[in-house]
Amino acid sequence: MAFPQPKPQPPQLPRYLLRTVHSQQGAVRAVRFNVDGNYLLTCGSDKTLRLWSVGRGTLLKTYTGHGYEVLDADGSYDNSQLCSCSSDKTVILWDVATGQVTRKLRGHAGKVNCVRFNEEASVILSGSIDGSVRCWDTRSRKMEPIQILDEARDGISSLKVSEHELLSGSVDGRVRRYDLRMGQLHVDFINSPITCVCFSQDGQCTLTSSLDSSVRLLDKNTGEMLGEYVGHQNKSYKLDCCLSNKDTHVLSCSEDGHVYYWDLVEGSISLKLPVGKGVVQSLSFHPTEPCLLTAMEGSVQVWGAVPEVKEEAAD
Amino acid sequence: MHICGLREVILQVLAVLLLFLQHKGGGSGPAAGASMLWKLSKRPLPIQEQTVKDEKGRYMRFHGAFTGGFSAGYFNTVGSKEGWAPSTFVSSRQQKAEWQGSRPEDFMDEEDFSEHGIAPHEITTTDDFVSRRRNPISEKAQAISSMQASFPADRLLDFLVPARTSIGVELLKKMGWKEGQGLGPRVRKRPKAETRTYGCEIPPNSSEESEEEDFHLENVTFAPKDVMPVDFTVKDDVRGLGYQGLDPLQALGGGSEPVHINLFSAESDRTSSLFGGRSAGQQRKRGVAGQAFGVGALEDEDADIYHRDTMSNYDSVLGGEEPGDGLYGWTAPQQYRRSQKDTMKDASYLGKILEGFTLASKAAETKTVFPPPVLPRDFKPVHYFRPVVDSSTVSPQLAKALEMSHGQVSNQPLQQGSRHQLDSSQRRELLGESSIKGSAAAVIVFKLCTSGVAAAKLMAQRAQSRRLLSTESVPSPETEAFTAWNSPTIDISSAFRPFEKNPHKQARYELYISRLKQGEKDALDQSLDPTMTEWERGRERDEFVRAALLYKPRSSCLASRFTRSQHDEDDPDSVEVTRDQENNVDDKQSAVGMKMFGKLTRDTFEWHPDKLLCKRFNIPDPYPSSGIVGMPKVKKDKFSVFNFLTVTDTILEEKSVSSTSTSQGRSLPSQAFLRLRNKHIKFWKSH
Repeated sequence: MAFPQPKPQPPQLPRYLLRTVHSQQGAVRAVRFNVDGNYLLTCGSDKTLRLWSVGRGTLLKTYTGHGYEVLDADGSYDNSQLCSCSSDKTVILWDVATGQVTRKLRGHAGKVNCVRFNEEASVILSGSIDGSVRCWDTRSRKMEPIQILDEARDGISSLKVSEHELLSGSVDGRVRRYDLRMGQLHVDFINSPITCVCFSQDGQCTLTSSLDSSVRLLDKNTGEMLGEYVGHQNKSYKLDCCLSNKDTHVLSCSEDGHVYYWDLVEGSISLKLPVGKGVVQSLSFHPTEPCLLTAMEGSVQVWGAVPEVKEEAAD
Repeated sequence: MHICGLREVILQVLAVLLLFLQHKGGGSGPAAGASMLWKLSKRPLPIQEQTVKDEKGRYMRFHGAFTGGFSAGYFNTVGSKEGWAPSTFVSSRQQKAEWQGSRPEDFMDEEDFSEHGIAPHEITTTDDFVSRRRNPISEKAQAISSMQASFPADRLLDFLVPARTSIGVELLKKMGWKEGQGLGPRVRKRPKAETRTYGCEIPPNSSEESEEEDFHLENVTFAPKDVMPVDFTVKDDVRGLGYQGLDPLQALGGGSEPVHINLFSAESDRTSSLFGGRSAGQQRKRGVAGQAFGVGALEDEDADIYHRDTMSNYDSVLGGEEPGDGLYGWTAPQQYRRSQKDTMKDASYLGKILEGFTLASKAAETKTVFPPPVLPRDFKPVHYFRPVVDSSTVSPQLAKALEMSHGQVSNQPLQQGSRHQLDSSQRRELLGESSIKGSAAAVIVFKLCTSGVAAAKLMAQRAQSRRLLSTESVPSPETEAFTAWNSPTIDISSAFRPFEKNPHKQARYELYISRLKQGEKDALDQSLDPTMTEWERGRERDEFVRAALLYKPRSSCLASRFTRSQHDEDDPDSVEVTRDQENNVDDKQSAVGMKMFGKLTRDTFEWHPDKLLCKRFNIPDPYPSSGIVGMPKVKKDKFSVFNFLTVTDTILEEKSVSSTSTSQGRSLPSQAFLRLRNKHIKFWKSH
């Protein structure tokens, strides 16, 4: 006798505020999960990068070394290194345990907007307002980038890396996807400045949000638009967007203090999550679980699909 | 004013000044009186007015002119107009008995008490408080004399006086002692004369003195004589050569007869003389015998029976002799202590040992002298830089010259000798490095300069004619050019093109150069244009040769260190752009507006990732053979605004000619111009 399959649960959306972390960093420019989702990184306008535990909301370490606001951060696959970029035109590679600066990579001509590790954490990619994406080598002691990708005509606002591809979104309205395996560059024209780009989990689509208050899902191979998601407000700020852990929903921040959830296939708004009064600027989805981090002004909110027991919620 | 009058005035002024100075020198302090008035006048002072008076108006007689002078009082008397009275004079009946006697000071006036007087009053310290500085010279002389003197028994008293003043001295002084006096009870008589008298003679001055002494004997006591303090610091620094210390036994008695202690002995054997020539064992016995210790009348022992014995001669402990060498811890300076081996060493040394010296225990270091290297017979101290040259590419003359000058013309590429016989090109091969472009060839030029000299020398050695030498050592410009360009590795395209303006000429020149490269000697003649006149050809030939020499290939030793700049200065009209260009933006925009993403909005380009980047991403390189990174670039002509201005001018002209209304004519081209310009500027800016 075969047991019946359990009913497929409807996809759970993180909608319950689990805790709020007051990071005391001035304004939080970006909030990121690490590779396994147990820790979160906050990039503050007070030039520090902080590492927190998601489960307890406690501060684990503060990393100081930047000369100006920290704009983005990323953790390596083994949680041993962090990279962060700042308005001081540098990219810093940190050692997580000691908090020491392993490398300070200078080369960009303007503030560095986004930074990412590649899968093996052997390359750091950084995109800057000077329109170039620089690939830095972490293994060697070279202070020069391996390659400079300067095809963009305006600043790079967002960057994502997959196994063999680089995705960069630029203010000149183009999404550029560099395919290392094929040796090709694919340029998709969006026509309005792009604020965020990301890959989908299955690797077939790319999501781009732009300053005309729309989020578009494009097919990777052909460049066709698979979906367009509107309803939120994105006219002037660089706001993040992402896909949920199972690629079921599209999430985006908004300037009206909400986080919008759209159903990927249908394109309708599933949930409009109120976060606060100010602009919700940064967003990060847990890699595997339905858990969401949002950053609004000086604090970070942790959202989960299941509300927690009352005693722990009050923090 | 008359000149004579001026001179007179000056003379008179000078005379007055002189007189004034005389007066100044004469009188010290007191006003000159009338003479002061006179000095301002013209006429000289008469003799009777040349007087000096002191503060009291007394005339000063210049007694003691060198000390400033003093007056002899009131007409050479002590006194005044009223007369003189002694200062202590008190006229009184009651006080007659208190006559104190007149002191000399009573007869003096205040002038005598002044600085230059006969009894000047000055403040001095009293005797009690005076700390008279001892005359060091006389003290030293006294000390030396006391040291050098022998040690008579009386002198032992001298040891009792301390050298410095102390609290005791203070106390003594309080009790009436004065410096220079002796200590002790006061004596009545003067110290006796030191001469010893022998015989029955009365001392010469004893009787006479007794009378004189009577006067002194009554209640007159003298302080005892002061004694000279003796310095007790031990002299432990250097002494003279040959000095030996005192023999304690000898010095402090114990010997039968007074022996003159000689501190500086001429003998070389120290230890023997140190103890008076006696060994350690003998001393005892000697000391006991003959020292008023049972010497009978019949015995021969003639020792001084009055000699005082010392306790050091007797044992104070029972038992045998004191162990050791009998020195009682006397540590003579090491240099005087002779050990057995030293004596043996001294014996073995045959030469003369200087007095006071002994042979060293450690032998002196012998310096190793390395002889200079042995030179081969035909060695010449001149060095030439000789890299390897392949004999085939080199002219036979050169090859010969190289051979002669011991250049390494390599017939085998790798010499199997030791690694020291490699040269730089061989090492380069072994290491797998890429050679500098044109280095092998280029050195020929360099070599010519050096090996020419060597070749010339060798030729001379072979006794060839001088004429040959002169012609060969100065190559003609043609051959020079030939040698400069004769190399397969020279890149013609990168060489400078001197005849850019004239393409035909340039072509001919290039032909010439390529012929040179291949090694044809008569390249010049072949590349000339036969259609030109003889004169033109001749000119062109010269030009070519000169150009070839001047613009030598870049592959010289130095030139290979330089590279062409990236920015092509020669070509201002073109710029590097990516080969693949995007489609028209307007079309894309409209496609986006219509939401027709896909083919219209997507562009695909060829892009070369860096090799290291592929390595880091663990991806095989998609273009393994390509050397470029990023998008491939192509040169394209630049479009600048200035190019357009000329275009629009012509457009303007055309339009203005054709159209009737000027405004319309102007507006049209401007629009067209703008559109055109925007299009091209966008195009230009994008790359």
